[in-house]
Amino acid sequence: MILPALIIVLLLGGFAAWIAGRGEPNTARWIAVITLTVATLLLAAQCLQFDAIDSLPAGMPPSWLADFNRPWIPRFGIDFHLALDGISLLLIALTLLLGFMAVSSSWTEIDNRQGYFFFNLLACLAGTVGVFLAVDLFLFFFFWELMIIPMYFLISIWGHENRLYAAIKFFIFTQVSGLLMLLAIIVLVLLNHRQTGVYSFDYFQLQNTRLDADVAFWLMLGFFIAFSVKLPAVPFHTWLPDAHTQASTGGSVILAGVMLKTGAYGLLRFVFPLFPEAAQQFAPLAMALGAASIVYAAMLAFAQTDLKRLIAYTSISHMGFIVLGLFSGSYYAMQGAVVTMLAHGISAAALFMIAGFLQQRLHTRELQRMGGLWSALPRLSALTLFFALASLGLPGLANFVGEFLVLLGAFDVNTVLTVVAALGLILAPIYALRVVQQTCHGALRIEAHLHDGSKRELASLGLLVLVTLWLGLHPGPVLNLADPALKLLQNYVVMEY
Amino acid sequence: MNSHQLAALAPIIVITAAAVAVMLVIAVRRNFALTGAVAGCGILLALAATVFAWQYTPIQVTPLIRVDRSALQATGLLLLAGLAVIGFCHDYFKARPGENEELPLLLLTALLGAGVLVSSSHFAAFFMGLETLSISLFVLVGYTTRRPQSLEAAIKYLVLSGVSSALLLMGMALIYAQSGALDFASIGQFVADQREIDIMTLSGIILLLAALGFKLSLVPFHLWTPDVYEGASAPISAFVATVSKGAVLLLLLRFLLGSNSFHYAPLLAVLSAIAFLSILTGNLLALLQNNVKRLLAYSSIAHMGYLLVALIAAAAVAPALAVESVTFYLVAYFITTLGAFGAVSIISTPQAEACDITCYRGLFWQRPWLAAALTLMLLSLAGIPLTAGFIAKFYIFTSGADSRLWGLLATVIAGSGLGLYYYLRVIVQMTLAADDTDRVAAPAAGQWLSTATLAALTVMVVWLGIYPEQLMHFIRAVSMPGG
Repeated sequence: MILPALIIVLLLGGFAAWIAGRGEPNTARWIAVITLTVATLLLAAQCLQFDAIDSLPAGMPPSWLADFNRPWIPRFGIDFHLALDGISLLLIALTLLLGFMAVSSSWTEIDNRQGYFFFNLLACLAGTVGVFLAVDLFLFFFFWELMIIPMYFLISIWGHENRLYAAIKFFIFTQVSGLLMLLAIIVLVLLNHRQTGVYSFDYFQLQNTRLDADVAFWLMLGFFIAFSVKLPAVPFHTWLPDAHTQASTGGSVILAGVMLKTGAYGLLRFVFPLFPEAAQQFAPLAMALGAASIVYAAMLAFAQTDLKRLIAYTSISHMGFIVLGLFSGSYYAMQGAVVTMLAHGISAAALFMIAGFLQQRLHTRELQRMGGLWSALPRLSALTLFFALASLGLPGLANFVGEFLVLLGAFDVNTVLTVVAALGLILAPIYALRVVQQTCHGALRIEAHLHDGSKRELASLGLLVLVTLWLGLHPGPVLNLADPALKLLQNYVVMEY
Repeated sequence: MNSHQLAALAPIIVITAAAVAVMLVIAVRRNFALTGAVAGCGILLALAATVFAWQYTPIQVTPLIRVDRSALQATGLLLLAGLAVIGFCHDYFKARPGENEELPLLLLTALLGAGVLVSSSHFAAFFMGLETLSISLFVLVGYTTRRPQSLEAAIKYLVLSGVSSALLLMGMALIYAQSGALDFASIGQFVADQREIDIMTLSGIILLLAALGFKLSLVPFHLWTPDVYEGASAPISAFVATVSKGAVLLLLLRFLLGSNSFHYAPLLAVLSAIAFLSILTGNLLALLQNNVKRLLAYSSIAHMGYLLVALIAAAAVAPALAVESVTFYLVAYFITTLGAFGAVSIISTPQAEACDITCYRGLFWQRPWLAAALTLMLLSLAGIPLTAGFIAKFYIFTSGADSRLWGLLATVIAGSGLGLYYYLRVIVQMTLAADDTDRVAAPAAGQWLSTATLAALTVMVVWLGIYPEQLMHFIRAVSMPGG
């Protein structure tokens, strides 16, 4: 019962914040905090229950930790089926952590219609948690679309100057690619129906569908396009810089930290198990797209003058590592991809928060107009340095573990592409250090008196620092948690070798 | 005619009686609220009669009309839509002075025509039903004579409708000349006996299709749609968009299934081309509309195109699934369109119809509930989850994929992408901060009936989006062979 409760709590909290926020904005903020706390406690309770649960339905692999299944639309065999394994657990934990960060960074930045803002924020998180839990393909698509709508409002109402364009672009990209996935899901279900005589959208049922090679390839492509738009991978990335730049800080944190991960999660959860052969066949091209994303986006990042836009391009670059790692099919690279998802979620969120904090103080995102902040804002500048280093993959911090494992695993599979991808490790310091140099060093250009980070800001970023260090120095628990699910995934991948 | 046949015909009889009653009430006392109430009660009684007639189905009532479950289901749907329109009309016309009493009467006669149409099993009933419906619609569209656009729209509709009726008659004549039959079943028998494609019959069917395409505003017969939608008052636009189109579409389905005309491959090619053009043209022309009523008109053209996809699927593999899809899509389309036009009619004031997109600016912050309802309707039209429109689109995808209509499905996807853009434009306008507060007119007092209707429609949109099983089950039970 805990799994649906996670989603319901977030949704109800959102409605409560909406209603309460019409009078007193502070109430809405605190309701958001309380809601996230309750959700976190629920997740913790779920973790404590694992030992007690032996009640997984027959036929479910042991890598799954919890399960909840109720019929929803029996006409088409659609169930309200949620299940949790190590990877979804990690990503939900990330979602809730960044949920707190988004609330914290919106605390004073959002100065109008707070109630409705927090409703959208929490609804977006509810949809994301649903995506990470759903193992019924219809339900998955339902949540997949559901998280987009609140995000659309987050961008279009509380975003910056060019927000309407960015919001509509974001919506149309994700929606159209989503429809391709819906079509692929339906065709898969119909093929399964022809073979078995029953309609089923169940993930575990559909894995047994026998597919012709070319049909499987087209279906796989439907999923792949939807996920790589969300990820995003070159050439589907053009919505992302606009959306990230124009969203308010809280929106950017959720977008970069969590929502991009749904694309990676989809690849991991659906593309490989449902279409193992087709995914194998497609792997070289996908890896090439990943490597191209890494290098191309890193070069674009270097050329940006808008801080948030720059961070947005670094996100694309880091997501390239995930595609590369996942499609290499190697166990280590997949572990690396999972760690990169978490590490990038945290470092990108932190950088967006810093960009937001700076924008609140300086009223600009232009790098040229910053400079010399070290003397004015020592604490925030130090944190900028820390997360810039995390983002460039400094050993000892989380991103390094992920990217190193990806390159290590992928090297055996495709040496050339891995070498190209490794260039990203050279390009990353260039853009990351440029950020530090242009914001913190040089002469102070702004005369006004600037307040250094408030307690709320420093506490949020401090928490992320700790998590980054922990992941970087002691990634063992995370790797162990993801291990059973990835081992299971290996069954689908290794067959070809 | 025995008592069972009479009972099966009860809904149509009750509607006729209600129309007569309304006429008499007007003769005794001119009072808009009173006539509206009588008409509303008449529709409720007719709904009860539909439930009552259920047990006698299927039954042939005279050679012209066959009452079966799908006919009764369609009648029920049309009656409910009529009821919602009366709800919106009540508040809309209450605020506008003039002699509005005949309006409910005309709505009833239009419903009568629609009811006959969806129960017909013979060309005569088909034609009579269609003309009863159309003639009532001319008057309804031109009812607000003080607005010049309204008269223009009515004249345009009258002329084009006359042309389409001529096409329809010609089509019927050609089919009759070849087959010697006017009832659907004999035509079906005739088609089944034919080995080769007979050019006369095919021309007849295509003329028929052109006439129906006009009523359904399919491209290239769509030119009247935006003008009529804009010219008519908002509740009447809702009526044209739902009852008129829905009845004709259900008839088309009935005719195609009943007469087996599907087996003509060229017919499917024509239908596919029409669907393709309707989806693309409707969506493309809506893209840059600044007039919300015209925008909804173009979007309805696109939606008819989506519906045709399911209709074409009925010809291929699984007619049962496709009939289910068409019916579900139509229900979702009815609720959503009524809701969207209902919101427009609530926002409109006696001084100005809420056409221009700037009328909606800041609505979210001034009348949040109304704006939320309209947003849900637009999202449902766009086919976003949590709304009935999503389940409907899911049905289109499923039946299309089942029949392997990949090209048409790709068009549906492209159309949905385009559609999002203009639906979002309206939503964006609502969420913008209003620069001056007087642009959105203060809500007119006492719109409780429209508000309640809109609230009911909104609840239905969300309910069907989250829990469509009951409706699916019902439609399936009806559309099962022999039902």
